[in-house]
Amino acid sequence: MTPVFEVERLTRSFGGLAVTQAVSLTMAPGDRVALIGPNGAGKTTFVNLVTGHLKPNSGIVRLAGEELGGMSPMQRVRRGLVRSFQVTRLFPEMTPREHLALAILQRQGRTGRMFGTFWTMPDVLKESGALLATLGLESAADLKVAEIAYGQQRLLEIAFALALRPKVLLLDEPAAGVPQSETPRIDAALAGLPADLAVLMIEHDMDLVFRFARRVIVLAAGRIIFDGAPGDAAKDRRVREAYLGSYADDRGAP
Amino acid sequence: MNADHLTGAARPVARPRFSASADWIGLAAVLAAAGAGYLLFPDNLALLTRIVGIIMLVLSLDLVTGFCGVATLGHAALFGAGAYAAGIGAAHFGISDPVAMIAAGSAGGALAGLLSGFVILRGHGLGQLVLSIAIVNLFHEAANKATGWTGGSDGLTDIAPTPLFSVFAFDLWGHTAYALGVALLLIVLFLLQRLARSPFGMLCRGIRQDPIRVAAMGAPVRKTLLAMYVVSGLVAGVGGGLNAISTQVVGLDSVSFTLSASALVMLVLGGTGSLYGAIVGTVVFMLFEDFVSAANPFHWLTIVGALLVLVVLFAPRGIFGTSVRLLERSRRR
Amino acid sequence: MQSVLSVAVDALAYGMVLFVISIGLSLTMGLMRVVNLAHGAFAMVGGYLASYAMRDLGLGYVVGLVLAVAGTVVIAAPIERLLYRRIYNAPELIQVLMTIGITFCVIGIANYAFGPTLKTIPLPGLLTGPVDLGFRSIAAHKLFAILCGFAVAAALWYLVERTSFGVKLRASVDNTPMAAALGVRTKSVYAASFAVSAGLAAFGGVVGAELLPIEPYYALRYMVTFLVVVAVGGAGSIGGALLACLVLGAVDTAGRYLMPDYGEFFFYLAVILIVCAFPRGLLGRA
Repeated sequence: MTPVFEVERLTRSFGGLAVTQAVSLTMAPGDRVALIGPNGAGKTTFVNLVTGHLKPNSGIVRLAGEELGGMSPMQRVRRGLVRSFQVTRLFPEMTPREHLALAILQRQGRTGRMFGTFWTMPDVLKESGALLATLGLESAADLKVAEIAYGQQRLLEIAFALALRPKVLLLDEPAAGVPQSETPRIDAALAGLPADLAVLMIEHDMDLVFRFARRVIVLAAGRIIFDGAPGDAAKDRRVREAYLGSYADDRGAP
Repeated sequence: MNADHLTGAARPVARPRFSASADWIGLAAVLAAAGAGYLLFPDNLALLTRIVGIIMLVLSLDLVTGFCGVATLGHAALFGAGAYAAGIGAAHFGISDPVAMIAAGSAGGALAGLLSGFVILRGHGLGQLVLSIAIVNLFHEAANKATGWTGGSDGLTDIAPTPLFSVFAFDLWGHTAYALGVALLLIVLFLLQRLARSPFGMLCRGIRQDPIRVAAMGAPVRKTLLAMYVVSGLVAGVGGGLNAISTQVVGLDSVSFTLSASALVMLVLGGTGSLYGAIVGTVVFMLFEDFVSAANPFHWLTIVGALLVLVVLFAPRGIFGTSVRLLERSRRR
Repeated sequence: MQSVLSVAVDALAYGMVLFVISIGLSLTMGLMRVVNLAHGAFAMVGGYLASYAMRDLGLGYVVGLVLAVAGTVVIAAPIERLLYRRIYNAPELIQVLMTIGITFCVIGIANYAFGPTLKTIPLPGLLTGPVDLGFRSIAAHKLFAILCGFAVAAALWYLVERTSFGVKLRASVDNTPMAAALGVRTKSVYAASFAVSAGLAAFGGVVGAELLPIEPYYALRYMVTFLVVVAVGGAGSIGGALLACLVLGAVDTAGRYLMPDYGEFFFYLAVILIVCAFPRGLLGRA
């Protein structure tokens, strides 16, 4: 399949420290990839380079064949490269329905309209309603975000990104801070992501990574040291040394 | 807080509070208040008309501060630009038709809004605040020095509006001006109610709550705020134009830091982010000012200062916001 | 040549007075992140107290100066404890409103207590005449203001860089929670910094009374100027504030000499250009 997302030899250094070194990866529509690595491996820098918040020293990022270099973060989002946030960034005084309506209107280029309201726009109501239903947020749809449970906020964070109909979705620790009892709902939401969407998840929780990802990329000291099936990652010597050591030992891995 | 609340499980949700009838009730209440003002102060319509003009300034400030979260101490620049645009048009170019003067005022306000927005939105935090003060002082100095156009510190006179619709002359008692002001206020309020609910209004509220999130969904933050500044200028300019028509003089105080600061005080007194808060705050502040400052302007200043401190400490939502909250609470019980 | 020199001296004197008054504002903004619009009010209180002590009580200049500074600190401390402490982490708008409210109150009370007229602070004989510097002579009080500015800058530098209080102060500025975790009593550091800040404002108010005359609207009239110093210099930076004061003093004084009618206009224009060009201040941290 033709790749929807390509990163070629992306490099960035701060001072003399190379935080991202010749990172390359390719994703096809429908891919479920997890990007993992110990703290300081350069995951955040990688995300910021891809979204356009940082300029790379060299390297190329392509979305659906189009080169993104030189585009502002805003232009990249509009072309379909959307991220969610690790720390929930929602509008505390708006309801989930309003969030989704806003995102849909933004995607349609209608947020500049000074008259009318989404309550009288059947297409927006229908689409936001469908998204709320998919993610199981109907009961909270018209409560202010500040009043809904944290797990629901995490779900809304995903729904909000989906409402922009991305081609590539960067999920930054979607389950961060969610209590154990609510992780099944996050799992279900992740399982229900559109089949043709390419998802790159940045995650610490290895259980979630193994449940979700069909491919794992391990970043250590700014380099990709592993790219392959999750099952193989745990067996890889370099990965174990760099990152998984204690985790694998805890589980009594082979 | 109950268990439902914690888990976010289903609890009866009222269908969204979107109803056109609430808007009409609001407009009717404003009209009723205007009528009551007319009956209570028939000899002081000039004050009432001035209050209506300042309400437009405070509404306009609410658009950028209450809706978008931009703290500014220079909003009178927009109001003053509107007043001077209407006044200069009448005094120097013979544009004395009141409707044309209002149009000139809103155009002047919009232009000033574009300019101040362009400057103020370049800063953040303290820098933004300083820029807002600098811009109103810059406008003030420009008006002060361009005496040929503005009359400088003597004020711009020779403003003689022709009868409204060529029928209603601007009489000595200010009936026509007051009626025009109330009509304009109702129109502005009607439009702003729609703006607040529109996709654009939602986007602005989003920017106030988290501009980074708004940018991350691909929406232009600065451009949106700038657009709101222009809208805000239109509204403030209508107020300025109304003031020029009703008093037939434009003074430097209409582009002053003092007026900017007072407008912010009125807004916070009433409550930010709701159109009615801006109206309530202005009316309370100005009636109170008229009452107290007649005795001693410095006592007035002390009282305003103490009032501000008290509002910040005990009622940060302002009169309107706090009343609404209390009402909601008593209803829930 | 003569006139260029005298403009330079005036600019320096004005800049140094601005520095003495504003540096406290800069430090408290850098530390507590509070936009304190009432800072000028403390300078004004100092001026009024000095004027009262020297003219009505007949005390000497030095005694009056010390009393004014001490009196202002005594007035400021409970205000910090009761009002400011509640808004240290509040949104900017709240801080603006609270401190404007305090300013209004101070103006109203000052006018009630001392009347609307200008209050002079009699200079001692030593500071009244001109001082001959060899190549030319300048007014003694301007020289005094300049020396005070440098003395304050040096003393503050010593306090911040060389004392244990300075270590705590810098730690708290950099990372308040971390400093608190390491056992720095940040509340005491805040209170002490606020007191120093108000005291410096009062000191500047008295020393600079010849250039910024004491009257009830003082607190409002120069509010912008003091804020501009911090915005241009960058909050919390002594060097930045010094540089900003010298630049603004030069712009303002030169403007008054060259275009007396449009001085203020160009001052505000310069402010807008500088703040737009350096949104974080000349030496502010990113």
